[in-house]
Amino acid sequence: MDTVSDFTLCCPIPISQYPQVLLAHGSGGKLMHHLIEKMIGPAFSNPLLDARHDGAVLQFDGLRLAFTTDSYVVRPLFFPGGDIGKLAVNGTVNDLAMCGARPVFLSLGLILEEGLPMDILWQVIRSMKLAADAAGVQIVTGDTKVVDRGKGDGIFINTAGIGVIAHERVIAPQSVRPGDALLLSGDIGRHGIAIMAVREGIEFESAIESDSAPLVEPVSRLLDEGVEVRCLRDLTRGGLASALVEIAEAAGVRVNIDEASIPVRGDVQGACEMLGLDPLYVANEGRFVAFVARQDAQRALAILQAFEPQASLIGEALDGPAGRVTMTSRIGASRIVDMLSGEQLPRIC
Amino acid sequence: MKFIDEYRDAAAARQFADAIARITTRPWTIMEVCGGQTHAIIKFGVDELLPKDITLLHGPGCPVCVTPVELIDKALEIAARPDVIFTSFGDMLRVPGTKTDLLAVKAAGGDVRMVYSPLDALALAQRHPDKQVVFFAVGFETTAPANAMAVYQAQRLGVENFSLLVSHVLVPPAIEAILSAPGNRVQGFLAAGHVCAVVGFAEYEPLARKYRVPFVVTGFEPLDILQGIYMTVKQLEEGRAEVENQYARAVQREGNRPAQQLIAEVFEIVPRKWRGIGDIPQSGLGLRAAYARYDAEKRFGLASMMVEEPTECMSGLVLQGVKKPHECPAFGTRCTPEHPLGATMVSSEGACAAYYRYRRVQVAQEA
Repeated sequence: MDTVSDFTLCCPIPISQYPQVLLAHGSGGKLMHHLIEKMIGPAFSNPLLDARHDGAVLQFDGLRLAFTTDSYVVRPLFFPGGDIGKLAVNGTVNDLAMCGARPVFLSLGLILEEGLPMDILWQVIRSMKLAADAAGVQIVTGDTKVVDRGKGDGIFINTAGIGVIAHERVIAPQSVRPGDALLLSGDIGRHGIAIMAVREGIEFESAIESDSAPLVEPVSRLLDEGVEVRCLRDLTRGGLASALVEIAEAAGVRVNIDEASIPVRGDVQGACEMLGLDPLYVANEGRFVAFVARQDAQRALAILQAFEPQASLIGEALDGPAGRVTMTSRIGASRIVDMLSGEQLPRIC
Repeated sequence: MKFIDEYRDAAAARQFADAIARITTRPWTIMEVCGGQTHAIIKFGVDELLPKDITLLHGPGCPVCVTPVELIDKALEIAARPDVIFTSFGDMLRVPGTKTDLLAVKAAGGDVRMVYSPLDALALAQRHPDKQVVFFAVGFETTAPANAMAVYQAQRLGVENFSLLVSHVLVPPAIEAILSAPGNRVQGFLAAGHVCAVVGFAEYEPLARKYRVPFVVTGFEPLDILQGIYMTVKQLEEGRAEVENQYARAVQREGNRPAQQLIAEVFEIVPRKWRGIGDIPQSGLGLRAAYARYDAEKRFGLASMMVEEPTECMSGLVLQGVKKPHECPAFGTRCTPEHPLGATMVSSEGACAAYYRYRRVQVAQEA
């Protein structure tokens, strides 16, 4: 029974600290990180899982496939710039794209709450169809379950996806080298603020729309043009800051970013100032960071700017301390960028 | 972004820092009172631009940090009741009481909700007449007008299922407590701009005269803070101890009169206990007798609850400016934002949390 000796039956996250799951365990910050590192990762440990990438890269007889899954529980179901269906397609498509893969097939798992109006479901299905067509993927298998009224939040969606990797590169945190340039594909914070505005009933002069979008095209353009891409990561919950800390830790490098070069739209910045939030930690659904070889930085920037004019060169990978992300502030001082410990909570005053 | 970018300009910041260095001839210790200023100083690295002779101490102006632990425990007890919707600003949700925090109460089934305004909590009470809606009214003079307005409206509209758990504190008595302490090191203050926007700054004038210390009412952007420091150092170097106003775009000497009237209508001045510091006479606000039925402590019969503070946390010394966060032996080891021993590690305005989030490397290198 040597194979199981590493895996103890005691709960590895001390019960005394968290006897129950908190919302923060799913917020993309440190608590979620601990849950994965201490409980889920060790339980299923294998080389593919341990790579801690957005998806697993599988090899079969010379064919390389990327495989990933994601669940979607957004409230409200519809928001400016998107809906849960569009998110469920683009989110999984983007995880595959971040492995350097061309997404091909998706599965669709629907968990529906009793009493959900049929036309709401139809709108979500239609939106998924449009998003799948736009991203060039087919939904080829699925499952439907219905739970009692009050036991769900209208619709929960799970999608899994498979993509084909048609090149030899290893696009993963492990490929990042000190000196690599760090690019951001567009302005940050729109999705999180769009959702919050609807939830909290905050009105702006014009509605802030989610940035939800498939990232397949800009990624394949980078690869097709021969840019030496080292690592890609889409920015979701936890925002830019959490994504960079994850990569810095997995890659064993330091990452420095320049605050003044990070694009944030005026209305998003205003909402963040008002609500006491830091845009570095606000969610996105159509943005990614790319670490590329230094000599390809300008070429990569031009490619990304063809898709989003605000794409920007925001920093670089440096020699140690490993796992550390630092930021040069607007006034020229330096500070740490840390992963959030829980959910981002607005300040009192 | 207008009104933001121009106050975060790197070249202007450098000019102010150079000007401060030019006029500084000896060591000065200045306290920024407000947690919002502490947060901005550490986040933008304002203190890194200052000459070595200027020491910034971080004051007690973080409402989350100074709310006494028994009030947190009272909040936890109320929030766990099945007939209650407990509402609070986001910051308070993770502050540890003696056993747990509000987020854990929520996970265990309590109806705990984050709101952006006490008026949202009042609206919630109107929508849920079968529930008791309680708002956790913490904060300084800044949040007092809105909290007073919620109670005033509740009475006007006859909403009876609404109450406040009040832990309001006032800035000037805390400053006087710091100045009159035997080990006081503070030679000048950056007064909190937003507090002064409500109550004005005439109250600081007797303090400046009595203790011979300068006060500069200061804003929250990096350039505001640098200018506030410049004005304070200039006074110190010239031997003046006056109240000056850097934050003139938001603050007038007499403050906001309608807001003051509303506070006086609903609240009266009471003694308050400050977490980590202790009792300070006349340092807080409590509901007046005419509004006593909106007092959650009375409504839920919790007025007499008393609790001991955890002993290892030295947040009191941090809040009084006697110690810097990283001088605490528990800092970053036994006390982190995931497992805070004290409130200064919880709130993003708390000095310990600000040091932990933005400064861990530098602190480790110095040690």
